[in-house]
Amino acid sequence: MRPGRLGRFGLNALGVAVFLVMIFPVYWMVSTAFKPGRDLFANTPEWFPYHPTLSNFADAIHRANFWDAVMNSVIIATVVVALSLILALLAALALAKFDFYGRGGIIVLIIAVQMIPLTALIIPLSVVLAKAHQVDKLSGVIVTYLAFVLPFIIWTLRGFMLGIPRDLEEASMVDGTTRFGAFVRILLPLVGPGLVATSIFAFIQAWNEYIMAYVLLRDPDKQTLTLWLASFSTTRGTAWGPLMAGATLTALPVVIFFVAVQRRIAFNLTAGAVRG
Amino acid sequence: MGSGVAPYVLLLPAAAVIAAVLAYPLYFMVRLSFEHYGLFQLIRHKGEWIGTRNYAQIFHDGTFWHVVARTLAFTAAAVTLTMVLGTLIALLLARLHPWIRLMLTAGLIFVWATPVVVAAAIWKWMVDFEFGVMNWLLTWLHLGNFDHHDWFVNPWSGWGVITALVVWGAIPFVAITVYAGLTQVPRDLVEAASIDGARGWQVFKDVTVPLLMPVFVILISLSIIWDFQVFTQVWVMLDQNPGPNYTVMSIYAYQNAFGQSEYGLGSAIALVMVATLLVVSIFLIRQMVKARDEA
Repeated sequence: MRPGRLGRFGLNALGVAVFLVMIFPVYWMVSTAFKPGRDLFANTPEWFPYHPTLSNFADAIHRANFWDAVMNSVIIATVVVALSLILALLAALALAKFDFYGRGGIIVLIIAVQMIPLTALIIPLSVVLAKAHQVDKLSGVIVTYLAFVLPFIIWTLRGFMLGIPRDLEEASMVDGTTRFGAFVRILLPLVGPGLVATSIFAFIQAWNEYIMAYVLLRDPDKQTLTLWLASFSTTRGTAWGPLMAGATLTALPVVIFFVAVQRRIAFNLTAGAVRG
Repeated sequence: MGSGVAPYVLLLPAAAVIAAVLAYPLYFMVRLSFEHYGLFQLIRHKGEWIGTRNYAQIFHDGTFWHVVARTLAFTAAAVTLTMVLGTLIALLLARLHPWIRLMLTAGLIFVWATPVVVAAAIWKWMVDFEFGVMNWLLTWLHLGNFDHHDWFVNPWSGWGVITALVVWGAIPFVAITVYAGLTQVPRDLVEAASIDGARGWQVFKDVTVPLLMPVFVILISLSIIWDFQVFTQVWVMLDQNPGPNYTVMSIYAYQNAFGQSEYGLGSAIALVMVATLLVVSIFLIRQMVKARDEA
Protein backbone atom coordinates (compact mmCIF):
# COMPACT_ATOMS: atom_id res chain seq x y z
CA MET A 1 0.00 0.00 0.00
CA ARG A 2 2.97 2.36 -0.28
CA PRO A 3 2.36 4.90 -2.99
CA GLY A 4 5.34 5.71 -5.19
CA ARG A 5 7.03 9.11 -5.16
CA LEU A 6 4.76 10.40 -7.86
CA GLY A 7 1.67 9.10 -6.06
CA ARG A 8 2.86 10.70 -2.84
CA PHE A 9 3.36 14.01 -4.59
CA GLY A 10 -0.12 13.73 -6.11
CA LEU A 11 -1.69 13.06 -2.70
CA ASN A 12 0.08 16.03 -1.14
CA ALA A 13 -0.97 18.25 -4.02
CA LEU A 14 -4.54 17.06 -3.47
CA GLY A 15 -4.17 17.86 0.23
CA VAL A 16 -3.14 21.43 -0.61
CA ALA A 17 -6.06 21.73 -3.05
CA VAL A 18 -8.57 20.55 -0.42
CA PHE A 19 -7.06 23.01 2.04
CA LEU A 20 -7.47 25.89 -0.41
CA VAL A 21 -11.10 25.02 -1.19
CA MET A 22 -12.05 24.61 2.46
CA ILE A 23 -10.32 27.74 3.72
CA PHE A 24 -11.35 29.99 0.84
CA PRO A 25 -14.68 31.21 2.32
CA VAL A 26 -12.94 32.16 5.57
CA TYR A 27 -10.15 33.88 3.65
CA TRP A 28 -12.70 35.67 1.50
CA MET A 29 -14.49 37.01 4.59
CA VAL A 30 -11.29 38.40 6.13
CA SER A 31 -9.92 39.80 2.90
CA THR A 32 -13.26 41.42 2.03
CA ALA A 33 -13.36 43.00 5.48
CA PHE A 34 -10.09 44.84 4.73
CA LYS A 35 -10.94 46.00 1.21
CA PRO A 36 -12.15 49.50 0.34
CA GLY A 37 -15.50 49.73 -1.45
CA ARG A 38 -14.11 50.28 -4.95
CA ASP A 39 -12.13 47.03 -4.72
CA LEU A 40 -15.19 45.11 -3.54
CA PHE A 41 -17.23 46.10 -6.52
CA ALA A 42 -14.53 45.67 -9.15
CA ASN A 43 -15.46 43.73 -12.27
CA THR A 44 -12.57 41.35 -11.69
CA PRO A 45 -12.29 40.32 -8.02
CA GLU A 46 -9.25 41.57 -6.11
CA TRP A 47 -7.80 38.34 -4.70
CA PHE A 48 -5.85 40.16 -2.04
CA PRO A 49 -6.61 43.40 -0.14
CA TYR A 50 -3.93 45.46 -1.89
CA HIS A 51 -5.31 48.69 -0.44
CA PRO A 52 -6.09 47.53 3.11
CA THR A 53 -8.41 49.72 5.13
CA LEU A 54 -10.08 49.56 8.52
CA SER A 55 -13.07 51.60 7.39
CA ASN A 56 -15.32 48.53 7.16
CA PHE A 57 -14.58 47.71 10.78
CA ALA A 58 -15.22 51.32 11.78
CA ASP A 59 -18.51 51.24 9.91
CA ALA A 60 -19.56 47.95 11.55
CA ILE A 61 -18.65 49.09 15.05
CA HIS A 62 -20.50 52.38 14.66
CA ARG A 63 -23.67 50.73 13.44
CA ALA A 64 -26.73 50.93 15.66
CA ASN A 65 -26.71 48.49 18.57
CA PHE A 66 -23.29 46.93 17.89
CA TRP A 67 -22.04 47.53 21.41
CA ASP A 68 -25.40 46.50 22.92
CA ALA A 69 -25.11 43.26 21.00
CA VAL A 70 -21.53 42.70 22.16
CA MET A 71 -22.53 43.35 25.77
CA ASN A 72 -25.54 41.05 25.57
CA SER A 73 -23.57 38.24 23.96
CA VAL A 74 -20.80 38.56 26.54
CA ILE A 75 -23.26 38.58 29.45
CA ILE A 76 -25.23 35.61 28.13
CA ALA A 77 -22.15 33.52 27.34
CA THR A 78 -20.43 34.29 30.65
CA VAL A 79 -23.45 33.50 32.80
CA VAL A 80 -24.21 30.32 30.84
CA VAL A 81 -20.61 29.13 31.23
CA ALA A 82 -20.47 29.85 34.96
CA LEU A 83 -23.86 28.38 35.85
CA SER A 84 -23.57 25.35 33.59
CA LEU A 85 -20.20 24.42 35.09
CA ILE A 86 -21.46 24.64 38.66
CA LEU A 87 -24.67 22.71 38.02
CA ALA A 88 -22.96 20.10 35.84
CA LEU A 89 -20.12 19.59 38.31
CA LEU A 90 -22.60 18.79 41.08
CA ALA A 91 -24.68 16.48 38.90
CA ALA A 92 -21.63 14.70 37.48
CA LEU A 93 -20.32 14.16 40.98
CA ALA A 94 -23.58 12.46 41.95
CA LEU A 95 -23.56 10.29 38.83
CA ALA A 96 -19.90 9.31 38.98
CA LYS A 97 -19.21 8.89 42.67
CA PHE A 98 -22.46 7.70 44.29
CA ASP A 99 -24.53 4.56 44.05
CA PHE A 100 -28.17 5.43 44.33
CA TYR A 101 -31.59 4.32 43.21
CA GLY A 102 -32.42 5.56 39.69
CA ARG A 103 -28.87 6.32 38.59
CA GLY A 104 -28.99 4.13 35.51
CA GLY A 105 -32.26 5.69 34.39
CA ILE A 106 -30.89 9.20 34.77
CA ILE A 107 -27.80 8.37 32.73
CA VAL A 108 -29.96 7.01 29.89
CA LEU A 109 -32.13 10.15 30.08
CA ILE A 110 -29.08 12.40 29.77
CA ILE A 111 -28.10 10.66 26.54
CA ALA A 112 -31.67 10.60 25.22
CA VAL A 113 -32.21 14.31 25.89
CA GLN A 114 -29.37 15.14 23.50
CA MET A 115 -31.30 13.49 20.66
CA ILE A 116 -34.19 15.98 20.85
CA PRO A 117 -34.15 18.30 17.84
CA LEU A 118 -34.04 21.62 19.63
CA THR A 119 -35.50 23.48 16.67
CA ALA A 120 -38.75 21.63 17.33
CA LEU A 121 -38.86 22.96 20.88
CA ILE A 122 -38.90 26.65 19.90
CA ILE A 123 -42.66 26.89 19.70
CA PRO A 124 -43.64 25.42 23.10
CA LEU A 125 -40.60 27.00 24.75
CA SER A 126 -41.49 30.46 23.53
CA VAL A 127 -45.06 30.09 24.82
CA VAL A 128 -43.83 28.80 28.19
CA LEU A 129 -41.27 31.60 28.51
CA ALA A 130 -43.85 34.19 27.50
CA LYS A 131 -46.07 32.96 30.33
CA ALA A 132 -43.12 33.35 32.69
CA HIS A 133 -42.53 36.93 31.41
CA GLN A 134 -39.14 36.03 29.93
CA VAL A 135 -39.59 37.58 26.49
CA ASP A 136 -37.02 40.29 25.68
CA LYS A 137 -35.07 39.36 28.78
CA LEU A 138 -31.58 37.91 28.78
CA SER A 139 -32.55 35.60 31.64
CA GLY A 140 -34.98 33.68 29.43
CA VAL A 141 -32.29 33.03 26.83
CA ILE A 142 -29.74 32.17 29.51
CA VAL A 143 -31.90 29.51 31.16
CA THR A 144 -32.70 28.05 27.73
CA TYR A 145 -29.05 27.73 26.72
CA LEU A 146 -28.29 26.31 30.14
CA ALA A 147 -30.67 23.42 29.52
CA PHE A 148 -29.30 22.94 25.99
CA VAL A 149 -25.67 22.55 27.13
CA LEU A 150 -26.12 20.81 30.50
CA PRO A 151 -26.63 17.21 29.30
CA PHE A 152 -23.42 17.18 27.25
CA ILE A 153 -21.39 18.86 30.00
CA ILE A 154 -22.69 16.52 32.72
CA TRP A 155 -21.88 13.56 30.48
CA THR A 156 -18.35 14.76 29.74
CA LEU A 157 -17.49 15.67 33.33
CA ARG A 158 -18.84 12.34 34.57
CA GLY A 159 -16.44 10.65 32.15
CA PHE A 160 -13.53 12.61 33.59
CA MET A 161 -14.53 11.76 37.16
CA LEU A 162 -14.92 8.06 36.42
CA GLY A 163 -11.31 8.02 35.30
CA ILE A 164 -10.09 9.08 38.73
CA PRO A 165 -9.14 6.11 40.91
CA ARG A 166 -11.14 5.78 44.09
CA ASP A 167 -7.98 5.01 46.05
CA LEU A 168 -6.86 8.59 45.58
CA GLU A 169 -9.91 9.98 47.31
CA GLU A 170 -9.85 7.35 50.02
CA ALA A 171 -6.18 7.98 50.68
CA SER A 172 -6.84 11.65 51.18
CA MET A 173 -9.74 10.91 53.53
CA VAL A 174 -7.55 8.63 55.59
CA ASP A 175 -5.20 11.59 55.84
CA GLY A 176 -8.00 13.34 57.65
CA THR A 177 -9.71 15.47 55.02
CA THR A 178 -13.47 15.49 54.91
CA ARG A 179 -15.38 14.33 51.90
CA PHE A 180 -15.75 17.92 50.72
CA GLY A 181 -12.05 18.46 51.28
CA ALA A 182 -11.31 15.43 49.14
CA PHE A 183 -13.53 16.83 46.41
CA VAL A 184 -11.79 20.18 46.35
CA ARG A 185 -8.25 18.89 46.71
CA ILE A 186 -8.30 15.72 44.63
CA LEU A 187 -11.18 15.76 42.18
CA LEU A 188 -11.23 19.39 41.14
CA PRO A 189 -7.63 19.59 39.87
CA LEU A 190 -7.98 16.27 38.04
CA VAL A 191 -11.23 17.34 36.39
CA GLY A 192 -9.57 20.62 35.36
CA PRO A 193 -9.00 19.75 31.68
CA GLY A 194 -12.63 18.62 31.44
CA LEU A 195 -13.76 21.94 32.91
CA VAL A 196 -11.73 23.88 30.34
CA ALA A 197 -13.12 21.86 27.43
CA THR A 198 -16.73 22.00 28.57
CA SER A 199 -16.65 25.69 29.45
CA ILE A 200 -15.49 26.48 25.93
CA PHE A 201 -18.20 24.20 24.55
CA ALA A 202 -20.81 26.15 26.55
CA PHE A 203 -19.31 29.47 25.49
CA ILE A 204 -19.41 28.58 21.80
CA GLN A 205 -22.97 27.27 21.97
CA ALA A 206 -24.21 30.38 23.75
CA TRP A 207 -22.24 32.74 21.49
CA ASN A 208 -23.34 31.12 18.21
CA GLU A 209 -26.99 30.34 18.94
CA TYR A 210 -29.43 32.05 16.63
CA ILE A 211 -33.00 30.71 16.52
CA MET A 212 -33.95 30.87 20.21
CA ALA A 213 -32.50 34.36 20.47
CA TYR A 214 -34.31 35.35 17.27
CA VAL A 215 -37.64 34.26 18.74
CA LEU A 216 -37.15 35.54 22.27
CA LEU A 217 -35.24 38.80 21.82
CA ARG A 218 -37.13 41.19 19.54
CA ASP A 219 -36.13 44.47 21.20
CA PRO A 220 -33.12 45.88 19.22
CA ASP A 221 -31.08 46.67 22.33
CA LYS A 222 -31.62 43.21 23.77
CA GLN A 223 -30.20 41.40 20.73
CA THR A 224 -27.09 39.26 20.53
CA LEU A 225 -24.25 39.50 18.02
CA THR A 226 -25.59 36.72 15.77
CA LEU A 227 -28.94 38.53 15.53
CA TRP A 228 -27.21 41.82 14.84
CA LEU A 229 -25.21 40.15 12.08
CA ALA A 230 -28.15 38.33 10.50
CA SER A 231 -30.20 41.52 10.27
CA PHE A 232 -27.38 43.35 8.51
CA SER A 233 -28.84 43.42 5.03
CA THR A 234 -31.39 46.18 4.91
CA THR A 235 -33.90 47.30 2.33
CA ARG A 236 -31.22 49.40 0.69
CA GLY A 237 -29.19 46.32 -0.11
CA THR A 238 -26.27 44.73 1.66
CA ALA A 239 -23.16 46.59 2.70
CA TRP A 240 -20.82 43.67 2.07
CA GLY A 241 -17.64 45.25 3.40
CA PRO A 242 -18.99 46.16 6.83
CA LEU A 243 -20.95 42.89 6.94
CA MET A 244 -17.77 40.86 6.46
CA ALA A 245 -16.00 43.03 9.05
CA GLY A 246 -18.85 42.35 11.49
CA ALA A 247 -18.73 38.64 10.65
CA THR A 248 -14.99 38.59 11.31
CA LEU A 249 -15.49 40.27 14.68
CA THR A 250 -18.30 37.85 15.60
CA ALA A 251 -16.24 34.80 14.68
CA LEU A 252 -13.02 35.96 16.33
CA PRO A 253 -13.63 34.97 19.98
CA VAL A 254 -15.03 31.60 18.96
CA VAL A 255 -12.08 30.84 16.71
CA ILE A 256 -9.61 31.74 19.43
CA PHE A 257 -11.25 29.55 22.07
CA PHE A 258 -11.91 26.77 19.62
CA VAL A 259 -8.37 26.47 18.36
CA ALA A 260 -7.21 26.36 21.96
CA VAL A 261 -9.28 23.32 22.84
CA GLN A 262 -10.51 21.32 19.84
CA ARG A 263 -7.83 18.62 19.86
CA ARG A 264 -9.03 17.36 23.21
CA ILE A 265 -12.74 17.25 22.30
CA ALA A 266 -12.29 15.30 19.07
CA PHE A 267 -9.92 12.88 20.70
CA ASN A 268 -12.23 12.13 23.64
CA LEU A 269 -15.14 11.33 21.40
CA THR A 270 -13.28 8.71 19.39
CA ALA A 271 -11.20 7.34 22.24
CA GLY A 272 -14.37 6.28 24.01
CA ALA A 273 -16.11 5.07 20.89
CA VAL A 274 -13.39 2.86 19.44
CA ARG A 275 -12.59 1.23 22.73
CA GLY A 276 -16.23 0.63 23.61
CA MET B 1 -19.70 4.94 48.92
CA GLY B 2 -22.96 5.35 50.80
CA SER B 3 -25.94 6.93 49.20
CA GLY B 4 -28.46 8.77 51.37
CA VAL B 5 -29.96 11.98 50.04
CA ALA B 6 -26.64 13.56 48.98
CA PRO B 7 -26.71 12.46 45.31
CA TYR B 8 -30.29 13.64 44.89
CA VAL B 9 -29.44 17.04 46.32
CA LEU B 10 -26.45 17.31 43.98
CA LEU B 11 -28.61 16.43 40.97
CA LEU B 12 -31.50 18.70 41.86
CA PRO B 13 -30.38 22.06 40.36
CA ALA B 14 -29.42 20.62 36.96
CA ALA B 15 -32.52 18.41 36.90
CA ALA B 16 -34.74 21.40 37.67
CA VAL B 17 -33.35 23.41 34.75
CA ILE B 18 -33.63 20.49 32.32
CA ALA B 19 -37.15 19.70 33.51
CA ALA B 20 -38.29 23.31 33.13
CA VAL B 21 -36.70 24.03 29.74
CA LEU B 22 -36.68 20.63 28.01
CA ALA B 23 -39.09 18.20 29.65
CA TYR B 24 -42.00 20.52 30.35
CA PRO B 25 -41.95 22.19 26.90
CA LEU B 26 -41.82 18.73 25.35
CA TYR B 27 -44.99 17.77 27.22
CA PHE B 28 -46.48 21.18 26.46
CA MET B 29 -45.76 20.69 22.75
CA VAL B 30 -47.76 17.46 22.75
CA ARG B 31 -50.65 19.23 24.48
CA LEU B 32 -50.48 22.27 22.19
CA SER B 33 -50.69 20.02 19.15
CA PHE B 34 -54.21 19.01 20.23
CA GLU B 35 -55.31 22.58 20.86
CA HIS B 36 -56.33 25.62 18.93
CA TYR B 37 -53.82 28.16 20.21
CA GLY B 38 -53.94 31.49 18.42
CA LEU B 39 -53.27 35.07 19.53
CA PHE B 40 -56.40 35.18 21.66
CA GLN B 41 -55.40 31.98 23.48
CA LEU B 42 -51.85 33.27 23.80
CA ILE B 43 -53.07 36.34 25.67
CA ARG B 44 -55.37 34.28 27.88
CA HIS B 45 -52.62 31.66 28.40
CA LYS B 46 -55.17 28.96 27.74
CA GLY B 47 -55.66 26.80 24.68
CA GLU B 48 -58.85 25.37 23.29
CA TRP B 49 -58.96 21.56 22.98
CA ILE B 50 -59.77 20.45 19.42
CA GLY B 51 -58.61 16.83 19.45
CA THR B 52 -56.74 15.68 16.36
CA ARG B 53 -57.93 18.49 14.07
CA ASN B 54 -54.44 20.00 13.72
CA TYR B 55 -53.10 16.66 12.55
CA ALA B 56 -56.01 16.14 10.18
CA GLN B 57 -55.30 19.57 8.71
CA ILE B 58 -51.59 18.85 8.21
CA PHE B 59 -52.05 15.43 6.69
CA HIS B 60 -54.63 16.71 4.21
CA ASP B 61 -52.43 19.62 3.26
CA GLY B 62 -50.52 18.99 0.02
CA THR B 63 -47.89 21.56 0.97
CA PHE B 64 -46.98 19.64 4.09
CA TRP B 65 -46.05 16.48 2.18
CA HIS B 66 -43.91 18.53 -0.18
CA VAL B 67 -42.18 20.02 2.83
CA VAL B 68 -41.55 16.57 4.32
CA ALA B 69 -40.18 15.24 1.04
CA ARG B 70 -37.95 18.32 0.63
CA THR B 71 -36.60 17.94 4.16
CA LEU B 72 -35.87 14.23 3.72
CA ALA B 73 -34.21 14.81 0.34
CA PHE B 74 -32.03 17.59 1.71
CA THR B 75 -31.07 15.50 4.76
CA ALA B 76 -30.18 12.49 2.62
CA ALA B 77 -28.07 14.59 0.25
CA ALA B 78 -26.32 16.59 2.95
CA VAL B 79 -25.58 13.63 5.25
CA THR B 80 -24.30 11.47 2.38
CA LEU B 81 -22.05 14.23 1.02
CA THR B 82 -20.78 15.12 4.50
CA MET B 83 -19.93 11.53 5.38
CA VAL B 84 -18.35 10.63 2.03
CA LEU B 85 -16.29 13.81 1.68
CA GLY B 86 -15.40 13.86 5.39
CA THR B 87 -14.20 10.24 5.30
CA LEU B 88 -12.22 10.83 2.08
CA ILE B 89 -10.50 13.83 3.65
CA ALA B 90 -9.75 11.74 6.76
CA LEU B 91 -8.15 9.03 4.60
CA LEU B 92 -6.22 11.71 2.74
CA LEU B 93 -5.02 13.24 6.03
CA ALA B 94 -3.54 9.89 7.05
CA ARG B 95 -1.42 9.80 3.88
CA LEU B 96 -0.12 13.38 3.81
CA HIS B 97 3.28 14.75 4.61
CA PRO B 98 3.16 15.90 8.25
CA TRP B 99 3.48 19.59 7.31
CA ILE B 100 0.67 19.46 4.81
CA ARG B 101 -1.43 17.43 7.24
CA LEU B 102 -0.93 20.13 9.87
CA MET B 103 -1.92 22.82 7.37
CA LEU B 104 -5.08 20.98 6.27
CA THR B 105 -6.05 20.20 9.88
CA ALA B 106 -5.62 23.86 10.81
CA GLY B 107 -7.80 24.85 7.85
CA LEU B 108 -10.49 22.38 8.89
CA ILE B 109 -10.44 23.74 12.43
CA PHE B 110 -10.95 27.30 11.19
CA VAL B 111 -13.97 26.17 9.17
CA TRP B 112 -15.30 24.17 12.12
CA ALA B 113 -14.98 27.18 14.40
CA THR B 114 -16.87 29.51 12.06
CA PRO B 115 -20.29 30.29 13.60
CA VAL B 116 -23.21 29.18 11.42
CA VAL B 117 -24.62 32.70 11.04
CA VAL B 118 -21.19 33.97 9.98
CA ALA B 119 -20.80 31.09 7.50
CA ALA B 120 -24.21 31.84 6.00
CA ALA B 121 -23.28 35.51 5.60
CA ILE B 122 -20.01 34.59 3.86
CA TRP B 123 -21.67 32.23 1.40
CA LYS B 124 -24.37 34.77 0.70
CA TRP B 125 -21.63 37.21 -0.25
CA MET B 126 -19.79 34.64 -2.37
CA VAL B 127 -22.90 33.87 -4.46
CA ASP B 128 -24.17 37.45 -4.56
CA PHE B 129 -25.68 38.00 -8.00
CA GLU B 130 -23.87 41.28 -8.67
CA PHE B 131 -20.43 41.10 -7.09
CA GLY B 132 -20.18 37.51 -5.88
CA VAL B 133 -16.89 35.76 -6.55
CA MET B 134 -18.67 32.53 -7.56
CA ASN B 135 -20.35 34.00 -10.64
CA TRP B 136 -17.09 35.58 -11.73
CA LEU B 137 -15.17 32.34 -11.23
CA LEU B 138 -17.65 30.18 -13.15
CA THR B 139 -17.77 32.65 -16.03
CA TRP B 140 -13.98 32.84 -16.08
CA LEU B 141 -13.80 29.03 -16.24
CA HIS B 142 -16.12 29.21 -19.27
CA LEU B 143 -18.77 27.13 -17.55
CA GLY B 144 -21.39 29.47 -18.90
CA ASN B 145 -22.37 33.10 -18.54
CA PHE B 146 -23.04 33.65 -14.86
CA ASP B 147 -23.00 37.44 -15.03
CA HIS B 148 -25.76 38.65 -12.66
CA HIS B 149 -26.90 35.07 -12.15
CA ASP B 150 -29.22 34.79 -9.14
CA TRP B 151 -28.71 31.36 -7.57
CA PHE B 152 -31.95 31.41 -5.62
CA VAL B 153 -34.38 31.93 -8.48
CA ASN B 154 -34.12 28.26 -9.41
CA PRO B 155 -34.77 26.22 -6.23
CA TRP B 156 -32.45 23.43 -7.40
CA SER B 157 -29.44 25.72 -7.67
CA GLY B 158 -30.56 27.52 -4.50
CA TRP B 159 -30.63 24.25 -2.61
CA GLY B 160 -27.29 23.40 -4.17
CA VAL B 161 -25.79 26.48 -2.55
CA ILE B 162 -27.46 25.77 0.82
CA THR B 163 -26.28 22.13 0.72
CA ALA B 164 -22.76 23.25 -0.14
CA LEU B 165 -22.79 25.66 2.82
CA VAL B 166 -24.11 23.02 5.25
CA VAL B 167 -21.74 20.30 4.02
CA TRP B 168 -18.76 22.67 4.03
CA GLY B 169 -19.50 23.53 7.65
CA ALA B 170 -20.03 19.89 8.68
CA ILE B 171 -17.02 18.28 6.96
CA PRO B 172 -14.36 19.31 9.51
CA PHE B 173 -16.04 17.56 12.45
CA VAL B 174 -16.45 14.34 10.45
CA ALA B 175 -12.99 14.45 8.88
CA ILE B 176 -11.14 15.16 12.12
CA THR B 177 -13.14 12.60 14.10
CA VAL B 178 -12.72 9.84 11.50
CA TYR B 179 -9.01 10.69 11.21
CA ALA B 180 -8.65 10.41 15.00
CA GLY B 181 -10.37 7.02 14.72
CA LEU B 182 -8.08 5.94 11.88
CA THR B 183 -4.97 6.63 13.95
CA GLN B 184 -6.27 4.12 16.49
CA VAL B 185 -6.73 1.28 14.01
CA PRO B 186 -3.97 -1.21 14.91
CA ARG B 187 -1.20 -1.22 12.29
CA ASP B 188 -0.70 -5.00 12.39
CA LEU B 189 -4.33 -5.61 11.41
CA VAL B 190 -3.93 -3.55 8.26
CA GLU B 191 -0.59 -5.19 7.49
CA ALA B 192 -1.99 -8.68 8.05
CA ALA B 193 -4.79 -7.92 5.61
CA SER B 194 -2.28 -6.62 3.04
CA ILE B 195 -0.17 -9.76 3.39
CA ASP B 196 -3.32 -11.80 2.77
CA GLY B 197 -3.50 -9.98 -0.54
CA ALA B 198 -6.16 -7.38 0.26
CA ARG B 199 -5.79 -4.14 -1.72
CA GLY B 200 -6.55 -0.60 -0.63
CA TRP B 201 -10.32 -0.55 -1.03
CA GLN B 202 -10.70 -4.06 0.42
CA VAL B 203 -8.63 -3.21 3.49
CA PHE B 204 -10.78 -0.13 3.99
CA LYS B 205 -14.03 -2.06 3.55
CA ASP B 206 -13.16 -5.19 5.55
CA VAL B 207 -10.83 -3.89 8.26
CA THR B 208 -11.17 -0.14 8.75
CA VAL B 209 -14.92 0.33 8.37
CA PRO B 210 -15.97 -2.47 10.77
CA LEU B 211 -13.49 -1.21 13.37
CA LEU B 212 -14.68 2.36 13.03
CA MET B 213 -18.36 1.41 12.87
CA PRO B 214 -19.11 2.87 16.34
CA VAL B 215 -17.61 6.20 15.22
CA PHE B 216 -19.60 6.13 11.97
CA VAL B 217 -22.83 5.34 13.84
CA ILE B 218 -22.33 8.37 16.10
CA LEU B 219 -21.35 10.67 13.22
CA ILE B 220 -24.20 9.60 10.95
CA SER B 221 -26.85 9.91 13.65
CA LEU B 222 -25.55 13.33 14.74
CA SER B 223 -25.46 14.48 11.11
CA ILE B 224 -29.03 13.32 10.56
CA ILE B 225 -30.21 15.12 13.70
CA TRP B 226 -28.44 18.32 12.67
CA ASP B 227 -29.38 18.37 8.99
CA PHE B 228 -32.97 17.27 9.45
CA GLN B 229 -33.70 20.30 11.63
CA VAL B 230 -31.80 22.74 9.40
CA PHE B 231 -33.11 26.27 9.93
CA THR B 232 -30.49 28.97 10.39
CA GLN B 233 -28.62 28.48 7.10
CA VAL B 234 -31.81 28.66 5.04
CA TRP B 235 -33.23 31.49 7.11
CA VAL B 236 -30.17 33.74 6.91
CA MET B 237 -29.35 32.93 3.27
CA LEU B 238 -32.85 33.89 2.16
CA ASP B 239 -33.01 37.13 4.13
CA GLN B 240 -35.17 35.74 6.96
CA ASN B 241 -38.06 35.26 4.56
CA PRO B 242 -37.67 31.98 2.62
CA GLY B 243 -40.27 31.43 -0.09
CA PRO B 244 -42.37 28.27 -0.57
CA ASN B 245 -39.57 26.48 -2.44
CA TYR B 246 -37.28 26.80 0.56
CA THR B 247 -39.64 25.63 3.31
CA VAL B 248 -38.27 22.70 5.28
CA MET B 249 -40.09 21.23 8.29
CA SER B 250 -38.52 23.48 10.91
CA ILE B 251 -39.30 26.57 8.84
CA TYR B 252 -42.83 25.37 8.08
CA ALA B 253 -43.48 24.86 11.79
CA TYR B 254 -41.97 28.26 12.54
CA GLN B 255 -44.01 30.08 9.90
CA ASN B 256 -47.26 28.48 11.04
CA ALA B 257 -46.60 29.22 14.70
CA PHE B 258 -45.08 32.70 14.56
CA GLY B 259 -46.16 33.94 11.14
CA GLN B 260 -49.79 32.78 11.24
CA SER B 261 -49.99 32.74 15.07
CA GLU B 262 -51.18 29.13 14.94
CA TYR B 263 -49.13 27.72 17.78
CA GLY B 264 -51.16 24.50 17.97
CA LEU B 265 -50.71 23.77 14.28
CA GLY B 266 -47.01 24.64 14.48
CA SER B 267 -46.58 22.28 17.43
CA ALA B 268 -48.26 19.46 15.53
CA ILE B 269 -45.80 19.98 12.64
CA ALA B 270 -42.87 20.09 15.05
CA LEU B 271 -44.06 16.90 16.70
CA VAL B 272 -44.33 15.10 13.38
CA MET B 273 -40.78 16.30 12.77
CA VAL B 274 -39.56 14.80 16.05
CA ALA B 275 -41.37 11.53 15.30
CA THR B 276 -39.96 11.30 11.76
CA LEU B 277 -36.46 11.95 13.03
CA LEU B 278 -36.86 9.28 15.68
CA VAL B 279 -38.10 6.68 13.19
CA VAL B 280 -35.37 7.51 10.65
CA SER B 281 -32.53 7.39 13.20
CA ILE B 282 -33.71 4.19 14.89
CA PHE B 283 -34.10 2.47 11.52
CA LEU B 284 -30.66 3.57 10.31
CA ILE B 285 -28.85 2.73 13.51
CA ARG B 286 -30.41 -0.74 13.58
CA GLN B 287 -29.37 -1.31 9.98
CA MET B 288 -25.81 -0.29 10.78
CA VAL B 289 -25.59 -2.44 13.88
CA LYS B 290 -27.01 -5.37 11.93
CA ALA B 291 -24.50 -4.84 9.14
CA ARG B 292 -21.69 -4.89 11.67
CA ASP B 293 -22.92 -8.08 13.37
CA GLU B 294 -23.16 -9.85 10.03
CA ALA B 295 -19.71 -8.73 8.94
